[in-house]
Amino acid sequence: MIPLSLSETTLPTVTTQAPDLDYWLLSPLLVVFAAGVIGVIVEAFVPAQRRYSIQTALAMVAVGVAFVLTLVQVGALPADSAGLTLAFATVVVDRPSLFFQGVILALALASLLLIAERRDGESAFTGQAAAVPGSEEERAHVLAGSQHTEVYPLVMFAVLGMQLFTAANDFLTMFIALEVMSLPLYLLCGLARRRRLFSQEAALKYFLLGAFSSAFFLFGIAMVYGYAGAVEFAAVRAAGSSGGLIDGGEPLLLIGIAMIGVGMLFKVGTVPFHNWKPDVYQGAPTPITALMASGTLVAAFGAMLRVFYVAFGTTVAQWRPMLWVVAILTMVVAAVIAVTQRDIKRLLAYSSVVHAGFILTAVVAANADGLTGAMFYLAAYGFTTVGAFAIVTLVRNPDNGAEAGDLTQWAGLGRTSPFLAASLGLFLLAFAGIPLTSGFIGKFAVFEAAVAAGATPLVVVGVLSSAVTAFFYVRIIVLMFFAEPAENAPRVLKPGILTGTTVGLGVAATLLLGILPGPVLEHVIPQPAAETSEAVAAEHTAADSLFAR
Amino acid sequence: MELYTPIFVLGGIGAAFVIVSMIVGAIAGPKRYNRTKLQAYECGIEPTPQPVGGGRFTIKYYLTAMLFIVFDIEVIFLVPWAVHLDALGIFGLVVMILFLVNVSIAYAYEWRRGGLEWN
Amino acid sequence: MTSTLAAGGYAATTAADGGVLSYAWLMIALPLLGAAVLLLGGKRTNAWGHWLAIAAALSSFVWAVLSLGQLLGRAPEERSVTVHVYQWIKVGTFDIDLSLLIDPLSMTFALLITGVGSLIHIYSVGYMAHDENRRRFFAYLNLFVAAMLVLVLADNYAVLFLGWEGVGLASYLLIGFWQHKPAAAVAAKKAFLINRVGDIGLLVSIMLLFTTFGTVTFHPVFESVDGAGRGLMTAVGLLLLLGACGKSAQLPLQAWLLDAMEGPTPVSALIHAATMVTAGVYLIVRSGPIFEAAPTAQLVVTIVGAATLLAGAIIGCAKDDIKKALAGSTMSQIGYMTLAAGLGPIGYAAAIAHLVTHGFFKAGLFLGAGSVMHAMNDEVDMRRYGGLRTVMPVTFATFGVGYLAIIGVPFLSGWWTKEGIIQAAFDSGGLTGQILGWVTVLGAGLTAFYMSRIMFLTFFGTKRWAKDANPHESPAVMTVPMIILAIGSAALGAVLVVNYTLANFLAPVVGAPAHEFDLVHMLTSPYSLAALVLMIVGVAYAWVRYANDKVPVTAPKGNFITVAAREELYGNAINEGLFMRPGQQLTRATVAFDDHGVDGVVTGIARSVRAASENLRLTQTGFARSYALTMLFGAAVVVVTTLGVNLA
Repeated sequence: MIPLSLSETTLPTVTTQAPDLDYWLLSPLLVVFAAGVIGVIVEAFVPAQRRYSIQTALAMVAVGVAFVLTLVQVGALPADSAGLTLAFATVVVDRPSLFFQGVILALALASLLLIAERRDGESAFTGQAAAVPGSEEERAHVLAGSQHTEVYPLVMFAVLGMQLFTAANDFLTMFIALEVMSLPLYLLCGLARRRRLFSQEAALKYFLLGAFSSAFFLFGIAMVYGYAGAVEFAAVRAAGSSGGLIDGGEPLLLIGIAMIGVGMLFKVGTVPFHNWKPDVYQGAPTPITALMASGTLVAAFGAMLRVFYVAFGTTVAQWRPMLWVVAILTMVVAAVIAVTQRDIKRLLAYSSVVHAGFILTAVVAANADGLTGAMFYLAAYGFTTVGAFAIVTLVRNPDNGAEAGDLTQWAGLGRTSPFLAASLGLFLLAFAGIPLTSGFIGKFAVFEAAVAAGATPLVVVGVLSSAVTAFFYVRIIVLMFFAEPAENAPRVLKPGILTGTTVGLGVAATLLLGILPGPVLEHVIPQPAAETSEAVAAEHTAADSLFAR
Repeated sequence: MELYTPIFVLGGIGAAFVIVSMIVGAIAGPKRYNRTKLQAYECGIEPTPQPVGGGRFTIKYYLTAMLFIVFDIEVIFLVPWAVHLDALGIFGLVVMILFLVNVSIAYAYEWRRGGLEWN
Repeated sequence: MTSTLAAGGYAATTAADGGVLSYAWLMIALPLLGAAVLLLGGKRTNAWGHWLAIAAALSSFVWAVLSLGQLLGRAPEERSVTVHVYQWIKVGTFDIDLSLLIDPLSMTFALLITGVGSLIHIYSVGYMAHDENRRRFFAYLNLFVAAMLVLVLADNYAVLFLGWEGVGLASYLLIGFWQHKPAAAVAAKKAFLINRVGDIGLLVSIMLLFTTFGTVTFHPVFESVDGAGRGLMTAVGLLLLLGACGKSAQLPLQAWLLDAMEGPTPVSALIHAATMVTAGVYLIVRSGPIFEAAPTAQLVVTIVGAATLLAGAIIGCAKDDIKKALAGSTMSQIGYMTLAAGLGPIGYAAAIAHLVTHGFFKAGLFLGAGSVMHAMNDEVDMRRYGGLRTVMPVTFATFGVGYLAIIGVPFLSGWWTKEGIIQAAFDSGGLTGQILGWVTVLGAGLTAFYMSRIMFLTFFGTKRWAKDANPHESPAVMTVPMIILAIGSAALGAVLVVNYTLANFLAPVVGAPAHEFDLVHMLTSPYSLAALVLMIVGVAYAWVRYANDKVPVTAPKGNFITVAAREELYGNAINEGLFMRPGQQLTRATVAFDDHGVDGVVTGIARSVRAASENLRLTQTGFARSYALTMLFGAAVVVVTTLGVNLA
């Protein structure tokens, strides 16, 4: 029968001690959180016409300050420090988490620029989300110029969730971070100004499926707790090597790994948990799509790397086959489906799925190079994708001003708007992994890590898949530069200073990380001590020390 | 595997109970219909007037319900804190006040933006 | 073998010590800058853009010459100079510098690329004079030169790959330059796809090298090759060969080259004859130590070279399109080089020498073909040519020199270098050596036949021109480069081969020549005589069939003439007895295989991916319920995989 009484040590310790919180180390999180809360107060008490300026300034300043604080903390971290844990070891401050937080904040800032962009007083968001689409009430709100400045506090909360997601040091904190990140995003997805029904559908789908995946995640946590008797990553890791709490409990761990994996894989959007991505990316307001495609992906992979490298770092052999299957499925299926996409946002969504598959090969590697490779890849991909979505916001239908998603309309754009088309061309080349763009170095880094870990077949699939994806990226470039302009040629908006800055940021990052990645890789990405090939062979040891540097 | 047998057995019993009672209820129960039984359940004597042609609740109910949840959670956190007030000391007090302020901000938002007005 | 090479110079690289060599990156930067100015400058640069491009290419050439001078000033064993530009990638233990390697091998290529490249730039001013997108064309040409220089000057495989992709991109853009022609667009896409297959081979081999040796820089890799397993080296070698096959249009990845002729003719001359397509040969020669550690891979290289040599020649015999016939010839000649490169150190210098002379005479031939097309309203069908020698004397003369050089008339460039390959093949010894040797000799005969066919159909016989044809000699801006190339075609071979000048120059990289230079032996060896005899037979046979044809003397009437010419062709073929019959069948079969077999596979893959995509799209129903079901299914897969793998 079930051993109902577990040994004493496994019961959660009831603490009545006041935790010793290091507010300084938590400051990047607290600043963003405070901005969200103040944003809510602003919504409650400031007159409608003044909210926009206050909210945008508040959000951008907060994200900027948090970014600077993150940088300062990177500098302040002792060189030989293994990283610090805070608040009963629920939050960890080490180089990878600070790196991911910095990238998330920078991407959030770029997305905020898009979110704040208004044309003729119109933002990308609906005037009144609660109004029935197409109703008189909605029209009245449009005429009255209503706007949802709640967007900004919501974005702040989502960013807070992303930061915490990468810094969580136990499964429960991580779950809370996951929800804090996801709930505002569900809501934000339903706020698109045009094609309201489509947007609401996206929000509902994202919410339902997201809740579904959360359930898997939570179930997995329960299983792992059953195995290890703890939710802290370090404890789970120790249990993985010592054999767990109860005899024959390995199935608990395995099911737990699989279920937590499902939750994670849903968030990064790999096949077969990818279905939400095209629909949601297409339906959501494009600035929010930019935030999701960049920040959320970085956060989800940051968390995933921590879970699989640290918590499950002693059970690599157990989860590796599962991720192999998922990575191969993702790289093949998504690349193939993307070939016949006709909408730019859906295409970018599938592209994001394929990229998730590529990064997954680095997770599979489970070695030091895998970590740095994935980190570089995520940063590179994040900036490129924000830039690409920024360009999507500029190309509009001539008649109703909605975004022109249909790719046939993009034909000949290179002649009418050469700089815009050239920027998008650059982003697409980076997605395709052409040398001298950041995409190439990212791909090389993750594939190289995978080869070093003996996953050469995976890399072959990856390279083949990237050949297929290169095909449809180049097809768009050809369409833009060599085809005759379409009959229903879109109206290309002149990029304002906000959108222009985002595009410029994307171009600069894509080129800089492609041509001069050296300084970035050396100074920004935490270097695991130069391991020799023997150390790479002993990958468990390497993974062991990854987050401890 | 025998470790899990009781779980499966228990699950089976649970499922069987639901199915069996539904079937038994459908077969054995008396069926006497009247208008009131088909109406949605609400507190009070007079049901709120429904929109024409639809049986849906207005979204305003949910706003109120969510407000309830907010204070629900607040109380759940307050109780353990109150029990250990002495041990947590001044730190606990400050933290709890911050927590209450945060919850109140959400409340203030709903109040200011008309979430409490029925019309 | 490897050890001698290592002693010969792989170990000895010195850093650049100021002066010309330290700024070797200027060779790359100048054309790159030119391309950037032209692409970003837009219409403003239309008027003078092409001159800027020429200036960029020429100054790059001048810098290459200066570098060569400085290199020659050093002792032979110190001619391997690394120029560090900056650190490109550092991910964990993965550390790549963007450094250039200036050594005899890379400088030979740099000179060929910038020299021939400059001439073709100049020629293009005339050729593209009426094209409204001339500025863009020159920008791409400059881009190509820069990328190709990156490829050959790289001091490690990653930077080489950068150039490799760059030339692929430039080639793609230039093949599809006339996008309005659907054939050009399709050809560009085909080239891109086939090249990706080769790229995969190269990329995976680079990763294998890095995993094995912890570096991808040439010298450290080559030094430690001995320590690695033979099986691994064979894998790396075969993967490198796959990359080389894609770029150099060797079997089985040759299909794109013929279609690539849809690009403007200067492009065909520069990229698809003289330089880019030889990158595969460069890769094999550069990776010599790897191949020497993997005899199986070496054998496969020679087989691929021999097969392509024959297949290209046969295709060259069958095509009526002058550029496609020349493209077949390019395949065949690169087959020669690949074969020689596969022989190991005794073949490297021969391969490179032939590569250089081929660059000259094939570029000259293509420019001549372009000049003819220019004169004939872009007609490419050789059956519509004929008797052009009087109308276009300069083109005839320059094309003629190139022709004599490629078929191997003694003392012209092609003879010197081709003899070198034939000799190396027989010298390699054993049955393999004999077979390879006779293949090269047979190839010489076939070359003579198909080149004579081109020559006679174009410049001799009756005039079979289209009605509106009004041929005229090309302007000086086109003929001058042709003349310079013709001089090179005539004399360069002697300069390079007599006393093994080039081989000795290359010796620090590829090993010293096996024996002393012996002109008498070259002239009197039985193999050399056999090649000479076969060449004469080939020319004579072509003369009988194509130069003395009784083409109807009636005024040319479009298709009628073409049909008549074709009928005569078939009639002659029947008369010519049994020997040519199977040859013709083989010819047609080869062409058919090329057109349907290989193309079929390529388009078939594209089609099936598309079909699979259409089917998979159906899973994206838009219903949240089916998504949830997919997720549930996926979760089940994940759980079952995890449990199954670990508990089974």
